[in-house]
Amino acid sequence: MTAYLKLDHIDKIFTRGAAATEVLKDINLTIEKGEYVSIIGHSGCGKSTLLNIIAGLTTATIGGVLLENREVNSPGPDRAVVFQNHSLLPWLTVYENVKLGVDKVFARTKTRAERDAWVMHNLNLVQMAHARDKRPSEISGGMKQRVGIARALAMEPKVLLLDEPFGALDALTRAHLQDSVMALHQKLGNTILMITHDVDEAVLLSDRIVMMTNGPSARIGEVLEVPLARPRKRLELATNTTYLKCRQRVLEFLYERHRFVEAA
Amino acid sequence: MNMPATKMDIETAKPAGAAAPVVAMTPKRPPRTETYARMGRETAVRVIPPLVVIALLMLVWELVCRRAGSALPPPSKVFKDTKELILDPFFDHGGIDKGLFWHLSASLQRVALGYSLSAIAGIALGVLVGQSVWAMRGLDPLFQVLRTIPPLAWLPLSLAAFRDGQPSAIFVIFITSIWPIIINTAVGIRNIPQDYRNVAAVVQLNPLEFFAKIMIPAAAPYIFTGLRIGIGLSWLAIVAAEMLIGGVGIGFFIWDAWNSSHISEIILALFYVGIIGFVLDRLIAGLGKIVTRGTAQG
Repeated sequence: MTAYLKLDHIDKIFTRGAAATEVLKDINLTIEKGEYVSIIGHSGCGKSTLLNIIAGLTTATIGGVLLENREVNSPGPDRAVVFQNHSLLPWLTVYENVKLGVDKVFARTKTRAERDAWVMHNLNLVQMAHARDKRPSEISGGMKQRVGIARALAMEPKVLLLDEPFGALDALTRAHLQDSVMALHQKLGNTILMITHDVDEAVLLSDRIVMMTNGPSARIGEVLEVPLARPRKRLELATNTTYLKCRQRVLEFLYERHRFVEAA
Repeated sequence: MNMPATKMDIETAKPAGAAAPVVAMTPKRPPRTETYARMGRETAVRVIPPLVVIALLMLVWELVCRRAGSALPPPSKVFKDTKELILDPFFDHGGIDKGLFWHLSASLQRVALGYSLSAIAGIALGVLVGQSVWAMRGLDPLFQVLRTIPPLAWLPLSLAAFRDGQPSAIFVIFITSIWPIIINTAVGIRNIPQDYRNVAAVVQLNPLEFFAKIMIPAAAPYIFTGLRIGIGLSWLAIVAAEMLIGGVGIGFFIWDAWNSSHISEIILALFYVGIIGFVLDRLIAGLGKIVTRGTAQG
């Protein structure tokens, strides 16, 4: 087996003047094609920094990221990001926001009509085609995040990076969107890496959960396989022993062995 | 127990009787008359207070300046003296003996040219200063000093450089209005959220696309603030500059009227200058509103 996405001995040190803070220490992780991996940890442990390194938005101090055995160190559409706060451009319509990426990625390979159809196809995937001419300020938070997902999917990324994608949503909308993302993963078979701080979300969605220790110098503390068959149903899992056991493992890791001291 | 029953009887009895045709008419009519009435009331609320204030001020002015030997003419005399100028703004007797329309249009042309140049150069420099830390470190102190120089202080220097009134006046407009445009544009560029930059990076926009698709729309509200301050300043500067360079233009018209002791004409010209300054400001504000419609954070 060859790794699809490989994080190789990543260290990240932030320096401000003379003071240096080591945020990440020796992060090693390999992800297979089509796998759904979550990274969970307390806030401030450097999860987002790790995602930014994979996305190429920041560079690792030591080590690097390999995608299909090639090093990547600058941002690109092959690692599309769904940002926590949707980051839609407010002066563009829903359609134009998705089209921005599509026009760049498929400038040579698709005709204008094909690109238009592709944008609409992706808006349909997230059930947002009806709002194509609305501006972000005119749609709800959950809808914005759907458009954000469509924008990322439309770039046909090799790895889809989700940065706490449901963190800013209310519980009901969050559950609804989680189901949507699960359905999309099932249908399209994307490789997905998700940052989260929600234990249920991690267990429900992931094939593997990467648990990070507290920073500074955060490491990967433990990696948990979630051996649940797909498609998964939220309601059935509520009483499933494997689900509960996985959930218990993550909770123990987060709240017993690596309790967030500052929060106390 | 008895009360509700009788009440219902009365209510059902009414529409069945003579009231029926009235019921059919009323739902349509009152809303429309109401909207007109509301619109009328809203307009009245905005228009009547300034009219009352203006009327009162005119009255005070009339009373103060009416007595013999007063230095300034009362409004009635102003109107009598300038009736010709008001009624025929388009006459042209050659030289500088022209109607007010020609003077104002000459001033507006200078402003249009100087202001357009400063808008282009100001936005370009603002983008540079906002985007590059080194450009900011190098240029910002210079801007902060230069922007405090009063517009008219530039005039002798520009006359020396251009040896002609027309380009000098345009240069004064340019140099007066450029600073707020530069500074506001730079602030707008510096305040572009990191999220938008990240989006652009992931999508791999090239610098030109980033400029057109992210930078300008994101900074547009700031840019228009600068443009609006700039247009006000350039209109302030043109009147002063024209007083000194002479020729056709509202500034020189005022100076000429003063030299001929036509105080009424000065007052009329001031009135026009004020109105046009106001219209220019509204124009840029309106343009900004249209352009930045979608930029409010969602």
